[in-house]
Amino acid sequence: MPSGLLGIEPLDRVEIEAILDRAKSFQPQQTARRKSDQLRGRMIVNLFFEASTRTRTSFEIAAKRLGADAISITATGSSVSKGESLVDTLNTLGAMHPDAIVMRHAASGAPHFLARHLVETPIINAGDGTHEHPTQALLDARTILDRRSSLEGLRVAIIGDIAHSRVARSNVYLLSKFGAQIVLCGPASLLPPELARLAPGVTLTHKIEDAIRGADVIMMLRVQLERQHEPAFSANEYFQFYGLRLEHMTLAKPDAIVMHPGPINRGREISSEVADSQRSVILNQVENGIAVRMAVLERILGN
Amino acid sequence: MSKLVIRNGRVMDPASGLDAIRDVAIEDGRIAAIGEDLALPGASELDASGLIVAPGFIDMHVHLREPGFEYAETIESGSRAAAAGGFTSICCMPNTSPVNDSATVTSYIIERAERHAMVNVFPIGAITKNSAGEELAAIGLMKAAGIVAISDDGRPVMNARVMRRAMETARSFGLPVIDHCEDLHLSAGGDMNEGIDSVRLGLRGIPAASEDVMVARDILLAELTGARFHVAHISSRHSVEMLAFAKARGLAVTCEATPHHFALADNAMPPYDSNYKMKPPLRSACDLAAVTEGIISGAVDAIASDHAPHAGSEKMQEFEKCPFGILGLETAMGVTLDRLVHTGKITLMRMLELFTTGPDRVLNLNRGRLAAGAPADITIFDTERAWTYDVNRSASKSRNSPFHGYSFRGGPVATIVNGKIVWTADGLGSASPGLPSASQ
Repeated sequence: MPSGLLGIEPLDRVEIEAILDRAKSFQPQQTARRKSDQLRGRMIVNLFFEASTRTRTSFEIAAKRLGADAISITATGSSVSKGESLVDTLNTLGAMHPDAIVMRHAASGAPHFLARHLVETPIINAGDGTHEHPTQALLDARTILDRRSSLEGLRVAIIGDIAHSRVARSNVYLLSKFGAQIVLCGPASLLPPELARLAPGVTLTHKIEDAIRGADVIMMLRVQLERQHEPAFSANEYFQFYGLRLEHMTLAKPDAIVMHPGPINRGREISSEVADSQRSVILNQVENGIAVRMAVLERILGN
Repeated sequence: MSKLVIRNGRVMDPASGLDAIRDVAIEDGRIAAIGEDLALPGASELDASGLIVAPGFIDMHVHLREPGFEYAETIESGSRAAAAGGFTSICCMPNTSPVNDSATVTSYIIERAERHAMVNVFPIGAITKNSAGEELAAIGLMKAAGIVAISDDGRPVMNARVMRRAMETARSFGLPVIDHCEDLHLSAGGDMNEGIDSVRLGLRGIPAASEDVMVARDILLAELTGARFHVAHISSRHSVEMLAFAKARGLAVTCEATPHHFALADNAMPPYDSNYKMKPPLRSACDLAAVTEGIISGAVDAIASDHAPHAGSEKMQEFEKCPFGILGLETAMGVTLDRLVHTGKITLMRMLELFTTGPDRVLNLNRGRLAAGAPADITIFDTERAWTYDVNRSASKSRNSPFHGYSFRGGPVATIVNGKIVWTADGLGSASPGLPSASQ
């Protein structure tokens, strides 16, 4: 039985495919707003130490669609704000015997650290610092595969603050396992050269035009000012050199799609025209988020 | 006073080059004689057949946490760990609370050590008041009270002009300046070595350049001031190369390396295991090889553990919140034998230099040699006995070691400080009737 989901890196293709296939079969149920009872009687705790709208809501809805009970705890208004340590908070929650803990935390590795000390309760990583965000990569893959027959050979440009992006890392691991060509693009201080060695099929560029040329998929990332010591670029300059605008789209494949994990900052990393264009699948990503998280929860908690 | 004869050990002394089966006679805390078939009426006897008898090991870089952080370590517990690791002398860094930046704190440490320590404790004083990097500490008065060097270990002096003044002052008092070389602006926020692993784990990187730029600065300042300058825990390739360069120019610069920096690279860390978090961080395999080459070539003068205890609760946190530092006193010899001697990279005699005459040359402790009349600090060890390090049985009050569960070949057997046996390995007491029972 899988013990939880900490990241994409340790998963193999078979496991990923199983989740993606199952997510596809959940899509009709999700769009029809139907509830089923695969996880009836199961208790899932969503523990969010970092602000989140879509991921937390998405996990909550996914749990409820499958008949599970879900409660959400945010760091403010919990004992964390009274100075309780992370391990004590988790031990306390663990003693209440939930069936799984979905966790988001600003520290890379926080769920891995807890998984070592809390062996009874499966932990699902809903984003840890600048490390991984596995369900985001899964829902991104689902969204691509709704429009393409395979990930193999696809050219995927991931553009923006790669250094601080858990979304980029999880996507690189997943796409690489399926033979995609991944181009990472951003200003030098947000694009450490070591990224080229993260997984097979990864190349780096500092020019957005080079990244987009011939791309099947363009993933834009938010600039995570909250994780940077000093801004690498002024806002205007950033949009000038790394913001996705309509004129860029002529460089990509004619049927290229534009993705963004959200929240988007219009006029910063993406223009409104692109975000709202036919090419944009940003809201499909959100929709798939629920189907993918249903598949993940069922896989971890189902009988 | 007590008398002791250590019989039939392989006596190895890097200072004199002696390497032969000999007896060592000890009287009144000093070595009375080294020779064959020594007779010392009324003396206890210790059979060291098959064992190495060496000058007492010196660890020039230890954190004893007292005063101020007694929950993590005390002079008593830290010195017990030192004895268990085969060390007879340790030098304690000044980052206590209060910081050892005055003769009062120095005297306090020395008095506590006289009463509670199992081994010789030599304090290192702060360079600046409160190690804040601004105003020089009372260096001369601390020297009079007993410090053997100055360092703002862990909080390096960022202002080059302050460092220059410190070097000038240290020179006039005949003290070496030990620098934890780290440009705090370059390393800010970092949790591990900058490289593929920090990128993969999403942890902020500490570039090797943050060490190198300070080593370069301090070598230049040492040349400017004529001070004796010592690099603590050297860990990067460029820093080792610069040390070799400075030595070739005839400067009075030295450096130490820690066992973890020549035994473990950054990719050895299990994901987010804070027992692998220290400063400088575990570097790349290329840096590790350079530190090892430096030890072989002589660019590195000493092995020091940088023993840095932290209470369990401090290390049981998110990786980025955990403090830097790991235990080292009890595993230093085992790791060195394992990685350098058994692999044929250095000779046993070279290892002894790195633990004895090497640090003594930096600090002028007048220890680290076996000679009639010298203090009877002696480390007896073997090179073959298999043992496994169990950190839960450590004499330290803390448990933060990456070497927990490691199997070693060879390690300390008995530790003698000023003629007194302060520690013996389990079981040896009963096997050797002449040996007083272990003080543990």
